[in-house]
Amino acid sequence: MLSIENLHVSVDDTEILRGVSLRINLGEVHAVMGRNGSGKSTLANVIMGHPAYEITSGDIKFKGTPLKEMEVFERARAGMFLSFQYPSSIPGVQVGTFLRKSVSAVRGDEAPTAREFRKELKSHMDALEMDKSFLARYVNDGFSGGEKKRLEILQMLLLNPTLALLDETDSGLDIDALRVVAEGINSITPRAGCLLITHYQRLLDHVKPDYVHVMIDGKIVKTGGADLAVKLEAQGYDWIEA
Amino acid sequence: MSGDIARDAVGDYRYGFHDPENATIRFDKGLSEQVVRDISELKNEPEWMTEIRVKAYHRFMEMPMPSWGNCDMLNQIDFDAVTYFLRSSEGTEKDWDDVPDDIKNTFDRLGIPEAEQKWLGGVTAQYESEAVYHSIREDLEEQGVLFFDMDSGLKEHPDIVKKYFCSVVPASDNKFSALNTAVWSGGSFIYVPKGVHVEMPVQAYFRINAKNMGQFERTLIIADEGSSIHYVEGCTAPTYSTESLHSAVVELIAMEGAKIRYSTVQNWSANVYNLVTKRGIAHSNATIEWVDGNIGSKLTMKYPAVILKGEGAHAEVISVAYAGKGQHQDAGAKVHHLAPNTTSNILSKSISKNGGRSSYRGMLQVTPKAKGCRSKVICDALMLDADSQSDTYPTMEVGNSSADLEHEASVSKVSNDQLFYLMSRGHSEEEAMGMIVNGFFEPFTRELPMEYAVELNRLLELEMEGAIG
Repeated sequence: MLSIENLHVSVDDTEILRGVSLRINLGEVHAVMGRNGSGKSTLANVIMGHPAYEITSGDIKFKGTPLKEMEVFERARAGMFLSFQYPSSIPGVQVGTFLRKSVSAVRGDEAPTAREFRKELKSHMDALEMDKSFLARYVNDGFSGGEKKRLEILQMLLLNPTLALLDETDSGLDIDALRVVAEGINSITPRAGCLLITHYQRLLDHVKPDYVHVMIDGKIVKTGGADLAVKLEAQGYDWIEA
Repeated sequence: MSGDIARDAVGDYRYGFHDPENATIRFDKGLSEQVVRDISELKNEPEWMTEIRVKAYHRFMEMPMPSWGNCDMLNQIDFDAVTYFLRSSEGTEKDWDDVPDDIKNTFDRLGIPEAEQKWLGGVTAQYESEAVYHSIREDLEEQGVLFFDMDSGLKEHPDIVKKYFCSVVPASDNKFSALNTAVWSGGSFIYVPKGVHVEMPVQAYFRINAKNMGQFERTLIIADEGSSIHYVEGCTAPTYSTESLHSAVVELIAMEGAKIRYSTVQNWSANVYNLVTKRGIAHSNATIEWVDGNIGSKLTMKYPAVILKGEGAHAEVISVAYAGKGQHQDAGAKVHHLAPNTTSNILSKSISKNGGRSSYRGMLQVTPKAKGCRSKVICDALMLDADSQSDTYPTMEVGNSSADLEHEASVSKVSNDQLFYLMSRGHSEEEAMGMIVNGFFEPFTRELPMEYAVELNRLLELEMEGAIG
């Protein structure tokens, strides 16, 4: 579904990704781990199409279409979703309005009726243990770290992507929040591919990855199964570099 | 979407259509003492009003143009090319069916009769110089509320008009208030008796149809002790290549403990000069609120003002301005704290796009007598591109040290991260921009009646279309 071939990416003439190749199929969970600055977040952002990143060579295809031919919003409508590490606040725009507009933009003709939407919304918010007072607040404005991450997962559930990119969705979460966020991710993975960018093993206690990739210095240097994450947690990254 | 069809028909500005001009009386272009006397005579006005007009005309001729705002644009106004009076209907009707068809159709397209049925306590619809339709709910009439177009107000209640006319905005206040006082026609006259609360808003709608037209409505609202009213006005005009002039004067008087809220969404086409003087006097413990939205026009110069005359009076001025290509919105607020323990809040938000210019011009005065007053001023500007301009001209005159004053100002740009975030949720760049803009104006739109808020949001979304590339 997603195929990345020998991807090179620069920001302001500094090369961040230096030849990344990766394939994700429907129903697979891929975890990408690595130190700060290794290029993990860049990978998630460049797949979604952040304008600050320049693809200098290589190719990304989603369902067979080269992504360079798709605008950011077209990628979203085609079924891609990015859960942001630092979601922007949009003052004055209420969460409820924003969610409704986003659902109808992304799901188009298949968007639920107003009544179905309310029902879906309520069931997802209950699952994420979110109070309905959220809906009247402005998008991410004055939200705590945990509240922002819950709103990201709520959007993911409503937009129902076929490819979910989760950029450090676990960072800054307490143990209860981590559990509900993980349940949210698990609820979509049977029908979606998932790329989890993370620093820590602890999310992977709740979301079982099919593949774990280690990224160092803009390259995937090692790929393994779930046990690789456990080893990284115990031993760090030095043994790979050595 | 019906908005798209309308826009295809008339260009970006949805209300730019015009009717054939079927004037019953149309004055020759240009201004003279005789024109002023003719207007007064045609309306069978009392002599004292004629004298006020003639005196004001001479003041207008003597006074210089304002030396601030946008002098280049002001000096382009050709006062000799303006039509100062145009009557398009034989009278003011109480039933829409009696209004001439083409005019009725215009107001239908603007949604006025529909709004009247749903949520308004009274409506006056002005077309060119005079009201063509006027109504008030019976229950309000029974409670003694007077709501007339200004010409009828003068006929029916000359004593009240004589007492308050020019009492808040003297003719000589500025060149354009002098002009309005000389040639005024139409507008609203409202008196709310003691203790009466008008629960549903009353609305006036001003429409300019003819080319090179001057519309000079005059509004006077008096809320007696302990009463309250919410007055809403809207304005549109056709798009012509030549300019029209809209120069209104609005006077508000809130007696002890009364409350007046005056909401405007001005959406003139980009060929209209909108030069308006709005001012209210708040007596003790009274409140005056200006909710003022400026979306259209070529040049707007308007600074709704409140004179806090009585102890404990309160002023609220919330304004937004949107300046697109070729537009200059010079807007703001003035509050004069003349009495102790008076309070005021000013919130001004402006957006500039495609080389448009928006300016905040504010005046906050605290006199030595006004002990213990509080005021908070917030000005936020949002720039949508590098060609646009935003400036702030705040003036404070503080005559005693007990005042508690706050002033905050910010200029911001739409960030790439905000756009990327919204686009990653399936919204095109234009839609994302529209959301950010609507959110920025939200503190204003939430103060409007819902129907107006929805319309304003839609308007701003249209403004964002086709503008990014």
